Amino acid sequence: MAKKLNIKDKYRLLTRDLDWEFSYVDRKDAFPFEEFEGIKITDWSKWEDPFRLTMDSYWKYQAEKEKKLYAIFDAFSQNNGHLNVSDPRYVNALKLFLTGVSPLEYQAYQGFAHVGRQFGGVGARVACQMQAIDELRHVQTQIHAMSHYNKFFDGFQDYSHMHDRVWYLSVPKSFFNDARAAGPFEFMVAIGFSFEYVLTNLLFVPFMSGAAHNGDMATVTFGFSAQSDEARHMTLGLEVIKFLLEQHEDNVPIVQKWIDKWFWRGTRLLTIVAMMMDYMLPNKVMSWKEAWEVYFEEAGGSLFKDLARYGIKMPKYAETIEKEKEHVSHQAWWIFYTHGHAAGFHTWIPSDEELDWLSEKYPDTFDKYYRPRWELAKEMEAKGERFYTKALPQLCTTCQIPMGFTEMDDPTQVCYRDSVYNGDRYHFCSDGCKDIFDDEPEKYVQSWLPVHQIFQGNCGGPGVENVLSDFYRMNLGEDNMDMKGSPDEKRWKQWKGVA
Amino acid sequence: MSKVYIALQDNDESRYIVEAIEEDNPEATVIHMPAMIRIEMDGRLTVLRETVEDKMGRDWDIQELHLNLITLGGNVEEDDDSLSLHWNE
Repeated sequence: MAKKLNIKDKYRLLTRDLDWEFSYVDRKDAFPFEEFEGIKITDWSKWEDPFRLTMDSYWKYQAEKEKKLYAIFDAFSQNNGHLNVSDPRYVNALKLFLTGVSPLEYQAYQGFAHVGRQFGGVGARVACQMQAIDELRHVQTQIHAMSHYNKFFDGFQDYSHMHDRVWYLSVPKSFFNDARAAGPFEFMVAIGFSFEYVLTNLLFVPFMSGAAHNGDMATVTFGFSAQSDEARHMTLGLEVIKFLLEQHEDNVPIVQKWIDKWFWRGTRLLTIVAMMMDYMLPNKVMSWKEAWEVYFEEAGGSLFKDLARYGIKMPKYAETIEKEKEHVSHQAWWIFYTHGHAAGFHTWIPSDEELDWLSEKYPDTFDKYYRPRWELAKEMEAKGERFYTKALPQLCTTCQIPMGFTEMDDPTQVCYRDSVYNGDRYHFCSDGCKDIFDDEPEKYVQSWLPVHQIFQGNCGGPGVENVLSDFYRMNLGEDNMDMKGSPDEKRWKQWKGVA
Repeated sequence: MSKVYIALQDNDESRYIVEAIEEDNPEATVIHMPAMIRIEMDGRLTVLRETVEDKMGRDWDIQELHLNLITLGGNVEEDDDSLSLHWNE
């Protein structure tokens, strides 16, 4: 009997040996995107894939993951698993997940399929192709998992249409559009490294642990199943960075610039996750601040110490980012609470126990800056005057988030920055977002800013209600408004037999 | 010294893997969280195939780790007999 190949030999035969010498095509024509970003690759054979996963093992293990996952989906659905969640408010986090995050998995698939074709090195191509297939699996399993909730709760029905149009969903959508519109190496630093290595951990690890803690068997299972692929994506992201930095010293400043940009873009995007952790999980696992300290500061700190030998520094604005962990979840949930009539999910005032938990977890900021807002909101609600803002918010041109973040050294002052380009003034929520614009204004002047588009008449109308119902396809009075009095809440009480 | 970490789904297979990691890395800290187990360690953390096989009482391929893995931090070194994590400082 032939001796079984060891991992290294198998990887060499089934990956590296798939490449061939080009006899009648110029390599530059075959890989046309490889040079324009200024990245210099001298030897693709130096690429190392630490996991050395080959396609045959890939299919074997992925098939096993899928079988486990779908067995649980079946059990969840057959046993009316939605009735076991801690509190119906929790389901709103899933609505945000399906409309805001799952379509990003599809964009990641498109992005990795593209770079998986465009890299000149076969090791990188195979790893990116595997990741592309993973991302397609993630979007499919997420849609399957949440299709069960769609039978019983409002707000899940048109996630793909909403992702392309709804004001707050332009934040995640434009993030990935930005990465995919960049060259292949910037895409890898943006998504493969910055996003996968440091930032997705914050979504898929503590939030999914939170899903488990709130009785949502389906979500924790797809989350951890997806994350089992992420561990491989993370090693790919780290390998890309090390490879680029080792190939040529001229790559170092280019990579540093992309790290600065994408860590800032990523922390802005994760504001949504911050608020999901602190405000949308009725049973708490850890605060956003605690999760940030473990997965960003501690894990990211070790990572950047490791990369220091190449001359790579911590991302620019790391100090601002450190201060923001005390504030962003509160500022973001307040934005959604006050725009709750225009959101495709329900919002609410935290319960007294939750307010106390927030006070305990954020001793330096919550009582001082944020609790008084909720006390006021409670008073207004008690008088029958639940607050909804009448205005449409100004958006940051770069991250597209409403301009609600404050100066970190003065949390009572909203942060405004602006730049003039070709005679027009553009607005930003932060120095980070302004710098990104100033570096590539010709890219960001093309941003599809939802509020601008509404005012320009490109989203139907004339009123906001028409935009919400006709252009966004929200079912008004069902998908939006406060949790209190919502059809979701009424149905839940019926199922549970409470008045 | 920087900490490396690995997180596994909390299930019957991981239980043996965690036992093996604890035995081979006595300095490691094991943290139980809802549905997951996180293991942290200063310096280098190693998963040895042989120890896991011993705990499970069956053959175990090092790449089977992928089935229960949630996340990890550190540079990965993998061969047929072990997987280890470390940071360069």
